[in-house]
Amino acid sequence: MKITFIEYNGTAMEVEAAQDGTLRDVALDNLVPGIDGDCGGDCACATCHVFIDDEWQAKLPPLSDDEDTMLALCDDRTEASRLGCQIKLGPELDGLVVRTPEGQH
Amino acid sequence: MQANAEIQSVAAERAYSVPLSEIDVSDPKLHQADAIWPYFSRLRQEAPVHYTPDSDFGAFWSVTRYKDIMNIEMQPKTFSSEAARGGITIMDGNEVATLPMFIAMDPPKHDAQRKVVSPIVAPHNLAKLEDLIRQRTAERLDELPLNEEFDWVQEVSINLTTKMLATLFDFPYEDRHLLTHWSDIATTLPGAGLIDSEEERMVEVQACAEYMTRLWNERVNSEPGPDVLSMLAHSDKTRNMSPEEFLGNMFLLIVGGNDTTRNSMSGGLLALNQHPGEYEKLAANPELVQSSLVPEIIRWQTPLAHMRRTANTDIEFAGEKIRKGDKVIMWYVSGNRDERSIDRPNEFIVDRQRPRQHLSFGFGIHRCVGNRLAELQLRILWEELLQRWPDPMQIEVTGQPQRILSNFIKGYESLPVRINA
Ligand code: HEM
Ligand code: FES
Repeated sequence: MKITFIEYNGTAMEVEAAQDGTLRDVALDNLVPGIDGDCGGDCACATCHVFIDDEWQAKLPPLSDDEDTMLALCDDRTEASRLGCQIKLGPELDGLVVRTPEGQH
Repeated sequence: MQANAEIQSVAAERAYSVPLSEIDVSDPKLHQADAIWPYFSRLRQEAPVHYTPDSDFGAFWSVTRYKDIMNIEMQPKTFSSEAARGGITIMDGNEVATLPMFIAMDPPKHDAQRKVVSPIVAPHNLAKLEDLIRQRTAERLDELPLNEEFDWVQEVSINLTTKMLATLFDFPYEDRHLLTHWSDIATTLPGAGLIDSEEERMVEVQACAEYMTRLWNERVNSEPGPDVLSMLAHSDKTRNMSPEEFLGNMFLLIVGGNDTTRNSMSGGLLALNQHPGEYEKLAANPELVQSSLVPEIIRWQTPLAHMRRTANTDIEFAGEKIRKGDKVIMWYVSGNRDERSIDRPNEFIVDRQRPRQHLSFGFGIHRCVGNRLAELQLRILWEELLQRWPDPMQIEVTGQPQRILSNFIKGYESLPVRINA
């Protein structure tokens, strides 16, 4: 399956992903700029923050309480904000477009 | 003083022979002598959530495995950081700790205050400070003596961290030693040399308050700049902070970024000298500074050995019954050596895979907000060092480090070094 990452400055990068990991794993494996994922995917650091626009949001699992709590740490949180490690990849997400923030901390 | 080697060999034997109930990993002398490791190894294996009924710091639980620590950090409702319940370190009773600082608050107060400070140390703001930090680092390194022994802690780590704090606050450069002084005042024990009582501590704290308030007033009335004070003075959310809140935030930022970064600057050099093969790898590939050296230094050093929580309710955790009011110590220093979660945890590996997966910054809602600033400072330091002295072991540790007597701040009083040029 394919996923497109768009950096905050507009640079786009299309990557080929297996269907078994999370969005955070794919980003790290492909050295996508702007995603750190420090906690290893346990929803404990909020450094895998990404933006996913409306047309794809509907296909994602709903926000859990933990994800919501951790997203609250992100300065640049918007309606489109999600944590990459909480998004498991599957066929319904083939073609997903993800925007990444300027940085994570 | 007993030699460290002797204390270490006694500890290696004792750690496995005493009954579990007699183990007290809070003993600052064991930390100072670098002799604590076998105790943590045994606890991780045999009693990962362990109770010490009596110590110089009272009774406490020790949590020593990586995953268990993360688990505690993710339950702030159950495990409180609130100052009034005991705060965030194993020691009770420091007056500075009663200032309103969000590191020692629970939600919702914590969340609101953190939001205000967080953007200041966000990566895009740090980018504005990078040039100045690099210039000041370079100046310092160019002044260092060559081919003679000097103390790295004093001449490099303390010197640079003080300059960087001054940069962060845009603090009058000639008075910058005051920042380090206030940080020491906030963390020292009465009787250890700097102060004799909590009253004396508060006199110094008041002096800091007056100085900072004067700077604040100047910044409010001038153009916004990229420094902490100016940003706080010009933000809608913070312009009307109470004096206590203002002071609390000042101390949090001064203390938070001082010893931690300083000791990482010393620890990195020590680690490379203790692992010459890794020093060679780094010299051959300086790109590693950016990708993995810096987080690996921070993991290996673990500048804060622990954080503390207090149980808000009776709870069963990992099979143990923790009671409401109990002191729970999360030993980061042990979790960062947990073979269950980290590959070859006792080795320092400059090109470690996934080097950011460590506990040194904590996890959850209190996770270090200054993490990228700390990393930036270390990255600049190592880039500038390798540019000047590129060969392996060129910056040579020439003797034993003297470690700090503390079970909280893991770091160095001194580290003798010689630059071979
Ligand atoms: C290598 C350097 C550093 C280390 C190891 C470190 C470590 C930590 C740790 C362990 C925590 C608490 C986590 C918890 O309670 O779960 C923390 C919180 C914090 N740190 Fe750092 N820190 C470092 C550098 C800095 C710097 C440079 C700054 C300042 C600008 C800073 C400011 C803070 C603040 C404000 C908090 C409170 C966050 C909150 O409670 O939400 N730290 N840090
Ligand atoms: S990787 Fe830490 S929250 Fe997603």
